[in-house]
Amino acid sequence: MTKPMDQISWREIDTGAVITEPGNASCYHTGTWRSQRPKYDSNICIRCWRCFVMCPDAAISPDFDKNVFSWNYDYCKGCGICAHECPVEAITMEED
Amino acid sequence: MAETEKNKVIKPIKNFAMQEYISSGHRACQGCAEVLAVRHVLKAIGPDMILAMATGCMEIISSPYPLTSWNIPWIHVAFENAAAVASGVESGLKALRRKGRVPDRDVTIVAMGGDGGTTDIGFQALSGMMERGHRVIYVCVDNEAYMNTGIQRSSSTPFGATTTTSPAGRVKPAGEMTWKKDMVAIAAAHGIPYAATACPTFFTDLQKKIQKAKEVDGPSYIHILSVCPTGWRIPPNKAIEYGQLAVDTGVFPLYEVEKGVWKLNRKPKELKPISEYFKGQGRYRHLDEKFTSEIQDKITEKWNKLVKFCE
Repeated sequence: MTKPMDQISWREIDTGAVITEPGNASCYHTGTWRSQRPKYDSNICIRCWRCFVMCPDAAISPDFDKNVFSWNYDYCKGCGICAHECPVEAITMEED
Repeated sequence: MAETEKNKVIKPIKNFAMQEYISSGHRACQGCAEVLAVRHVLKAIGPDMILAMATGCMEIISSPYPLTSWNIPWIHVAFENAAAVASGVESGLKALRRKGRVPDRDVTIVAMGGDGGTTDIGFQALSGMMERGHRVIYVCVDNEAYMNTGIQRSSSTPFGATTTTSPAGRVKPAGEMTWKKDMVAIAAAHGIPYAATACPTFFTDLQKKIQKAKEVDGPSYIHILSVCPTGWRIPPNKAIEYGQLAVDTGVFPLYEVEKGVWKLNRKPKELKPISEYFKGQGRYRHLDEKFTSEIQDKITEKWNKLVKFCE
């Protein structure tokens, strides 16, 4: 039932201000904050998982079928940690 | 060629949970290493946990009402009593289990606070929790000032850092003129079974320590250095790098105290000069040669003392 914050009315709120739905902040897309976008080159990537481990927004996920990492641009804030930490520079930041 | 092809297949990651317990969509600043530390801590503990959190950055960014980023039972409490509430949760669960009202299952109780909620405001509640011996993991995510309200000094702010309430100027040329409170030593002095420092840059070390703390029967204290790009005035993409520098220069050594035995977890062959850590950080921009060498002397002295202690 995750819906945007401004569409939740006071009638739907539980007694005692308890939030009963875990992780419903995912309806808020922090990707709109981004000014730079990571660009991923799967040919250079050595699949070391470092970008996945170091992403503060958990926006990077592995795609085992396609054998690549994929970025969720709904949540990626464009901080550039993945590009900076990549040991082989497979990720570069470009203007969004 | 065949070897490179083999290396380029994604293998499942070991010792790192895929499940996210703090969901995306939280409002942390770009490049926040504190939320990264929380992500690693939660992954190390797993789904069976109850988290009591003091006010601070992590509470503000994760729970703008009516939304929450947490996928685990989470309670927000006032600034001073995260440890007290966690103690209550632990005792309450114990009583309910004895009466057979809740299933007998191992649930980890975690209390979490920022450096303000731990070293300043929540200090007596934390001390009480450790003294009473509740089985709680207390995690302090230390970004070295009250970042959430606009970079005010806390007792965890290191010497020489400028904050909005300790600005560098004519009267106080170094900015913050006092040294950082040594929380792990204070926690260890309570005689608790486990106390340690950690940093999300060294995530395997961090997760190992959290799992150790989870197994311990009694209170445990983990002090995590979490780099804050906003408050430290560094570019957001360098948050992980500065964690590495803090450890390698000896500013924030990684060590653990297990049942009174001190152990150094990362011992660089030679400490890097402190100027490497200061370079690029806006909060240390005003420091001149004299202050830098003064701080270097003190850091080296502290490091040598710690190495001696850990032998």
